[in-house]
Amino acid sequence: MIEADKLVKDYGPIRAVDNVSFKVEKGDVLGFLGPNGAGKSTSMKMITGFLRPTSGTARIGEIDVRENPIEAKKLFGYLPESGPLYEEMTVMEFLDFICSMRGICKKKDKTEKIQRVVEICHLEGVRNQPIDTLSKGFRQRVGMAQAVIHDPACLIMDEPTDGLDPNQKLEVRKFISSMAEEKAIILSTHILEEVEAMCNRVIIIANGKILVDETPENLRKRHPHFNAVRLKIRGEKGEVKEFLNGHSLVKEIVDESGQILVVPKNGENIDETLFQAAKDKNWQVTQIEKPHTGLEEVFANLTK
Amino acid sequence: MSAILSIFKREFLSYFRSSLAYVFLIVFILLSISLTWFVGSFFKSDDANLNRFFVFLPWVFAIFTPAVGMRLWAEERKTGTWELLLTLPVSVTQAVVGKFLAGWAFITLALFSTFTMPASVAYLGDPDWGPIISGYFGAILMAGAYLSICSLTSALTKSQVIAFVLGFIICLLLVLSGWSIFSELFSGLPVAIVDAISNFSFITHYESMMRGLITIKDILFFVSLIIFSLILNIVVLER
Ligand SMILES: Nc1ncnc2c1ncn2[C@@H]1O[C@H](COP(=O)(O)OP(=O)(O)OP(=O)(O)O)[C@@H](O)[C@H]1O
Ligand SMILES: [Mg+2]
Repeated sequence: MIEADKLVKDYGPIRAVDNVSFKVEKGDVLGFLGPNGAGKSTSMKMITGFLRPTSGTARIGEIDVRENPIEAKKLFGYLPESGPLYEEMTVMEFLDFICSMRGICKKKDKTEKIQRVVEICHLEGVRNQPIDTLSKGFRQRVGMAQAVIHDPACLIMDEPTDGLDPNQKLEVRKFISSMAEEKAIILSTHILEEVEAMCNRVIIIANGKILVDETPENLRKRHPHFNAVRLKIRGEKGEVKEFLNGHSLVKEIVDESGQILVVPKNGENIDETLFQAAKDKNWQVTQIEKPHTGLEEVFANLTK
Repeated sequence: MSAILSIFKREFLSYFRSSLAYVFLIVFILLSISLTWFVGSFFKSDDANLNRFFVFLPWVFAIFTPAVGMRLWAEERKTGTWELLLTLPVSVTQAVVGKFLAGWAFITLALFSTFTMPASVAYLGDPDWGPIISGYFGAILMAGAYLSICSLTSALTKSQVIAFVLGFIICLLLVLSGWSIFSELFSGLPVAIVDAISNFSFITHYESMMRGLITIKDILFFVSLIIFSLILNIVVLER
């Protein structure tokens, strides 16, 4: 549905986006991650046909955005970074304008579509308020409403939850997940838990290059301590360490002031092995836990 | 077509949402009328016509049009709304034309608000309506030509101030090049070149319409200038 084909963008001597290619199909939610200045927004601007790529192209539902921009643009909704809006219009006037631009002209159609997004994005209270008087979160919601008003097959959103309160963030995540099935979605974010909550695919980009393109689960496996187990053992630890050091499934053990962190090879699950060993050898285990292995560290390791 | 109309409508209405537009409107009316009555009286003519009004229009427009046109694209660039607009299913051409027409309509409206002038002429004497109508027609065309240039300068920058100054300079040059004092400056140059320069002036092409003579040549001059500037405008935005 959405395809980036060897996209490159040079700003003078700076290569902001370097040979970015990927495909997103219906049912996919792609999370676009990367440090500030990685080239996420620039890539999205090229995919939506706003920026002319230095080379390469993008296709939306098989339609090339450079060759046939108008037809391609009908197929997606786009929420640009920090949601620019026509400040002097009221929310209703703005949505009405977007409808007309999208060829939704019949009065009944228009009312229906606007009503739908007003409900979804909780804009009832600010319908007739000029946009320049809205708070940041509400502006973001108007941007969101604008992007989905025509119920597009593809959705491209640059930091959709930026500026939202925690309730709204949750709400937006639910909303995006609810659309996931029948749409192809790309979103960028700096919030890694969002990726785990919504996306079934992650691309990490740094300095314009794609570093990783995989599922969130696989990404998590890149954590150096994935599936590691932390044991607290009473009494003599020498024997335990000796046993674990020699075990074929154990990569290394880390002594953490009284506790032992057992790191498995290839992130394999060693929970059962450890339980069994503890039972067989009568270790006096007082505490056992699996430390949290967040994407933050994976992200940091990849991009620092 | 409906996209152009929607863009036109939004842009045109947005003029009335900004207090600045009202200020421009009032300044335009005051300027054009006061020039006519106070300065214009030096060129006293006893005929019941609007020459004293029309003769200042190229100068007044040189300031007023950049003021109206500066926001067309510079503001969208500054606030980022052009990213929204140009990712909607419209072509850059439609967007440029829709916005241009909105600005043109606003200037035309300003021009019509000076209708007290012909009205008072009609009250004071028995005017010859021909030159009045052709003068207004020419003024609208001329305003379009000015505005197309200002739309282009507006597309070149994020700053409305720069867009204004750039537009003003170009408009002023286009007026000056036909001014008699200016052409005397070039009197050392071959006649053909002096003629060519003054031929590019708005005054040269507007003068005959002011007197009631509408020629294809003059219309073509303004229309082709509009088309040329708008095409450049589109090219600039296509990046
Ligand atoms: N108009 C421009 N001129 C020059 N350089 C630019 C321009 N726009 C972007 N860049 C550069 O391109 C690179 C990528 O920017 P981009 O906005 O795509 O980053 P990003 O991944 O979206 O970052 P963020 O997380 O901060 O939004 C940056 O180094 C930026 O400075
Ligand atoms: Mg960005």
